[in-house]
Amino acid sequence: MKSYDSRPARLLSARELAPGIFDFTLNCPELAAKAVPGQFAQILVPGHTLRRPISICGIDKASGTLRFVFQVRGEGTEKLSRYRPGDDIDILAPLGKGFPLDRTKRTLLMGGGIGAPPLLAAAKELGETAVAVLGFRNKELAILEEDFKNTGAKVLIATDDGSYGYHGLVTELAAGEDFQVLMACGPRPMLRGAKALAESRGVPGYLSLEQRMACGVGACLGCAVALTDGSGREYFGHVCKDGPVFPMDMVKEV
Amino acid sequence: MAALNVNIAGVEFKNPIIAASGTFGFGREYAELYPLSELGGISCKGTTLYERPGNPPPRVAETPGGMLNAVGLQNPGVEHFINEDLPWLEKQGTRIIANVAGSSVEDYCRTAELLNDTAVDMVELNISCPNVKEGGVQFGVTKEGVEGMTRAVRDRCKKPLMVKLSPNVTDITEMAIAAESGGADALSLINTLTGMRIDINSRRPIIRNNTGGLSGPAVLPVAIRMVWQVSQRVKLPVVGLGGISTWQDAVEMLLAGASAIQVGTAIFTDPYAPIKIRDGLLEFMDKNGVKSLSELTGGVRPW
Repeated sequence: MKSYDSRPARLLSARELAPGIFDFTLNCPELAAKAVPGQFAQILVPGHTLRRPISICGIDKASGTLRFVFQVRGEGTEKLSRYRPGDDIDILAPLGKGFPLDRTKRTLLMGGGIGAPPLLAAAKELGETAVAVLGFRNKELAILEEDFKNTGAKVLIATDDGSYGYHGLVTELAAGEDFQVLMACGPRPMLRGAKALAESRGVPGYLSLEQRMACGVGACLGCAVALTDGSGREYFGHVCKDGPVFPMDMVKEV
Repeated sequence: MAALNVNIAGVEFKNPIIAASGTFGFGREYAELYPLSELGGISCKGTTLYERPGNPPPRVAETPGGMLNAVGLQNPGVEHFINEDLPWLEKQGTRIIANVAGSSVEDYCRTAELLNDTAVDMVELNISCPNVKEGGVQFGVTKEGVEGMTRAVRDRCKKPLMVKLSPNVTDITEMAIAAESGGADALSLINTLTGMRIDINSRRPIIRNNTGGLSGPAVLPVAIRMVWQVSQRVKLPVVGLGGISTWQDAVEMLLAGASAIQVGTAIFTDPYAPIKIRDGLLEFMDKNGVKSLSELTGGVRPW
């Protein structure tokens, strides 16, 4: 039984959620059956040597689909955004270690910008035990609020410019919440704040990290991240295989 | 049906498709996708006498038609390879090539010696890694360095010895001849070409090591040219690599003078690339009445 595979997946729906942010649903029953929240896919863009690592936003095992919400960051993701329903996209998935979810624990899901989508898959599994605190640059870029609400999670939104929701940082907004475990995905400064918040509460935290990546499966050792093991020994782990979700205490420099 | 088997330095490979070092780990990740017995062989991740931490990230960057890497030989050390990876690898039904690197001649020799009484089929001497401060390519860019290293390891290595050449030299044929003089049994070429990318906003090199090794389709013409030049100057079998991503590339490499090929970066684009290349090669041979690989090797008709 293959725990991941590379195969063409039919694009079922594609839409632009916000300027430069796209929402794709792909038909790939065999891959969806194995996926867990927090994992990612390596998406092939023809003409490019390296695949694009993109987090899984939604897993629907019943309909056999995976959902990806991604931002155009460069040439590869720009080309990807031009695919239309009916096209086939080659994906290598599901990859990496996801979020360790526990429905008995009040879980704070902290997402910043394009870090919000992978948390949606987690929210769906956690239901009402989750509180999602999501931060965006402005109202226009605030995505997935309804999707998060539909999972049963409590949802709080912050924007940098105050054009929607709380005017300020997600870390400030999250400080008013009670939780027993924290999962965060977003820019580095937000992850630092997330770690500090979890530490101040004395609860475990998990961070989803990014790094420039090549193979996606742990073979090439390209996507290194400085980690610390239980005995304090420092070493380079890899985002694709050891992560992308890491216990915050392992991450040397957030 | 055409025969895909090939004998290199006394080692029989069931087909000429070998996974290139550094792109395939020790095989476990891709064994999820297909039996490794589908491949002629695997050149394992570069191994050194002691564990190496590797370079800080970022270690990889995409480039037009390829990529840069500066992983820096991160590996758990040769004893870990022998004790943890080899027992599993030897059950996979494919040829195992140990890629050996180090910081000194003595490091290389001791690493090769430790592999003498193991299931490894062949040692590939990596004197062409451009991404470490000490060792690696410094032994691969002068005739004296190549010959001296090859001879020193040859004296203490019981396995067939393949020397992997760097393209970052003025004349690669001189290095090939030096390796032959030093007692190599085979050559593999090319390793990566040193390159660099810069982020125009931060003015920082994208790779933390500043420079990295260029691989992928962009380097194929350089590799074809070098294999063609080298194969005319030495009697040793040549294993060709550098940017091979399709079966047509593989045929081209064989025609240039290679007896077998390695597939590396193409695996990142398509993990099934080695299998597709093998199948395409077989179909090409059958369609063209080519019965064995030796009919292709060096078969280019230069103007």
